[in-house]
Amino acid sequence: MNQAPQAAPIDVLLVEDSRDDAELTLHALQAAKIRNRVHVARDGAEALDFLFRRGEFADAPTPDLILLDLNLPKVDGHEVLEDIKGDERLSRIPVIVVTSSQAEEDVAKSYRLHANAYVTKPIEPAAFLRAVSAIGRFWLEIVRRP
Amino acid sequence: MTSGVPIEILLVEDNPGDVRLTKEALKDAKVRNTLHVVMDGVEALSFLRKQGKYAAVPVPDLILLDLNLPKKNGREVLEEIKQDDGLRHIPVVILTTSQAERDIAESYRLHANAYVTKPVDLEQFLTVVKSIEQFWLEIVKLSHI
Repeated sequence: MNQAPQAAPIDVLLVEDSRDDAELTLHALQAAKIRNRVHVARDGAEALDFLFRRGEFADAPTPDLILLDLNLPKVDGHEVLEDIKGDERLSRIPVIVVTSSQAEEDVAKSYRLHANAYVTKPIEPAAFLRAVSAIGRFWLEIVRRP
Repeated sequence: MTSGVPIEILLVEDNPGDVRLTKEALKDAKVRNTLHVVMDGVEALSFLRKQGKYAAVPVPDLILLDLNLPKKNGREVLEEIKQDDGLRHIPVVILTTSQAERDIAESYRLHANAYVTKPVDLEQFLTVVKSIEQFWLEIVKLSHI
């Protein structure tokens, strides 16, 4: 709403190992009013390669928004979050933790590591879609990103 | 997502008009909430640290913070919150008229959880506060430690 018109699409990095959840998220973000391009990383190591432009990701864009699962193969989400928020170039990117974990310990730890928001995945697909759409509306249409 | 206990929101805002509008927008929220209002940066930190008359106030679950504030500006308040181990888990949403890139970048650098600019138009202002409410109260899981 307050967002200046953007010529380039918003780059979203989705870090998610569940194919079903990735599909649903892509579907929800495609319906967003703001044009966006979603890049999917299947595990924590791939997410870090993308963000730090290593190997095949040498030309990857710096994402404008990151949706991060916590339970990930290879490198877990908290570690990915810590690496993002400890890096000068990446720390300004909003990171939304989207996870099935409801554990207060995970919630508190994520906020302490400067996750911008923590969202638990509803189990029911329709509710999951609504949650991702709400994330899209707020972070693409309402928030001013750096 | 919802719970019986109301969400405690701290609004740090010196403009009475904006306070009134924010109250108005939050009144009809689906999720029960209690709004606490302080008018300057020093009061905000006293509230958060339960000093003086604030000895019995709850730790807020969410903070809405203006940047241009009397006595101590929002930037300093944000920095103190995010450096305090007992407070930094609380999401801080910057709600300000400033559209300056410098303010946006600096707020994120100081770990603001989100930066939202206040629209001048009344209807749009209500819409924005409602969006904040919908996302942070209905969708987000807040930390209750």
